[in-house]
Amino acid sequence: MHLKSNSERHPWSADQPLVSLRDVHKSFGTLEVLKGISFDVRKGEVICIIGPSGSGKSTLIRCINGLTPIQRGSITVEGQEVNDPKLDKLALRRKVGMVFQQYNLFPHKTALENVMMAPLKVLREPKQEVERRARALIAKVRLTGKEDVYPGQLSGGQQQRVAIARSLAMRPDVMLFDEVTAALDPETIKEVLNTIKEVAAEGMTCILVTHEMGFAREIADHVYFTDGGLIVEHGPAAQFFANATDPRTRQFLSQVL
Amino acid sequence: MTRSPFRIDKSRLIEAHPSAFPSWQHGVCVVLAFLASMAVAWAQSPVKPAVPSALATLVIWLPFILKGFALNLAISFLAMALATLLGIGLGLMQISVHAVVRAPARFITHLFRNSPWLVILFVVMFVIPVEIRIPVGGKIPIPDWIKATFAFTLPVMGNISEIVRGAVLSIPTGQWESAEGLAFTRAQTLRWIILPQCVRRSIPPWMNWYALLTLSTPMAAIFSVHEAVANAQAAMEAAGARPQFLFPFYLFLLCLFFAYIYPIAIWTRTLERKYHVAS
Repeated sequence: MHLKSNSERHPWSADQPLVSLRDVHKSFGTLEVLKGISFDVRKGEVICIIGPSGSGKSTLIRCINGLTPIQRGSITVEGQEVNDPKLDKLALRRKVGMVFQQYNLFPHKTALENVMMAPLKVLREPKQEVERRARALIAKVRLTGKEDVYPGQLSGGQQQRVAIARSLAMRPDVMLFDEVTAALDPETIKEVLNTIKEVAAEGMTCILVTHEMGFAREIADHVYFTDGGLIVEHGPAAQFFANATDPRTRQFLSQVL
Repeated sequence: MTRSPFRIDKSRLIEAHPSAFPSWQHGVCVVLAFLASMAVAWAQSPVKPAVPSALATLVIWLPFILKGFALNLAISFLAMALATLLGIGLGLMQISVHAVVRAPARFITHLFRNSPWLVILFVVMFVIPVEIRIPVGGKIPIPDWIKATFAFTLPVMGNISEIVRGAVLSIPTGQWESAEGLAFTRAQTLRWIILPQCVRRSIPPWMNWYALLTLSTPMAAIFSVHEAVANAQAAMEAAGARPQFLFPFYLFLLCLFFAYIYPIAIWTRTLERKYHVAS
């Protein structure tokens, strides 16, 4: 059996990148959205992906949990190839939590039920234990008292925090945030960003696509700027925002800062 | 909101139903028309009739007609129950990821949705035997009203299948994606997330089809199933087949069905409005 995959020969260990992308290509029809993206994310690291609209940021993040298949290149999560057709996609998604721009809470379930649902139905964990954890998560995102409220009666910011709690309930190893504040009112953005900050501070590995530059500067260990399906420039947050060299990065930053 | 601009909004199609229009004035009009016709019939009858008036005849035969109406209701309940069961199954098959499951379900759905009910009724009446022989010996007769019930089931089944499919498609893709992101399988997503959300938006169109089904049950009179219309006709025949009978008897039948269906239509419309506001 000389065709053993990389992951089998070298079991993943914490000193290796948790998420690793190599030369990732993705096209929708003739439109090439990702033209060879490579980067590594280590355990506990927080990275932000920024860039103009249509630069493929959301597509990139959706590829990491296999929601969008890629055409070429490799994405590994804990050493497992995401694009391997034999991969247990469900096992992958238990490791990778995702929060969407539109929250996508289940409208027929209360906030608490939204958080409890996946651990109950997917992981088949005992109800009491799941409920205890779910209540703790609701408290963590500062929504104590809203457990029995339906999503329709919550503000956008509150819904998004329930969505974050719902994702955390699966105890993922890495969290993906796809422009999670883009649909929110300015006054509720802050509460969601604070929640993310707390999640990151507890050592959760986070990959964020965001338009909030101030937040990126504050929270990110590493910032990647994408344009036209490529990473144009990247670096540690402080350095990136202070001394961007590429003209495209500088132009983008001058527009948004 | 990210909405695909070219997707047909099923919920708006579902709204285009007859039940969206009735109001209480319609009820008053029908009742007034009935009373007026009774007055005319009474005025026309001789002062000392040798034979009972049309109205008196109707009163005499009332229990017989109402007994027939009970059969209309029985047929409508049975056919609706069966159509709902089969229709949901067929609708779920229509959204299967496997073409071998999807294609036949789509064919059956469209076959029965797009055929005249009367034609289906004729075909079923002549295709299903009068009795079935059981291997042990002996025969089980199949009464005509059972056959008619089955015939009415088929078109309603096709339409419920489409209601299910439409409702599933009307759930935003974000629901599927977030379920997928939480490691739900497709079956789990359907069972716990998509279908529960479909129930509420399917109830008004489902009730509409019940109303249409009930209003179609008098078609079974063609095959001398003893429902309300057939019994009314038999009563008129038995009472001497006078032309004066026609108007009060048929108007009574109209009122009978109206009195039953109208509240359902109003209720359906209320639910439609409520769910429209809620969603």
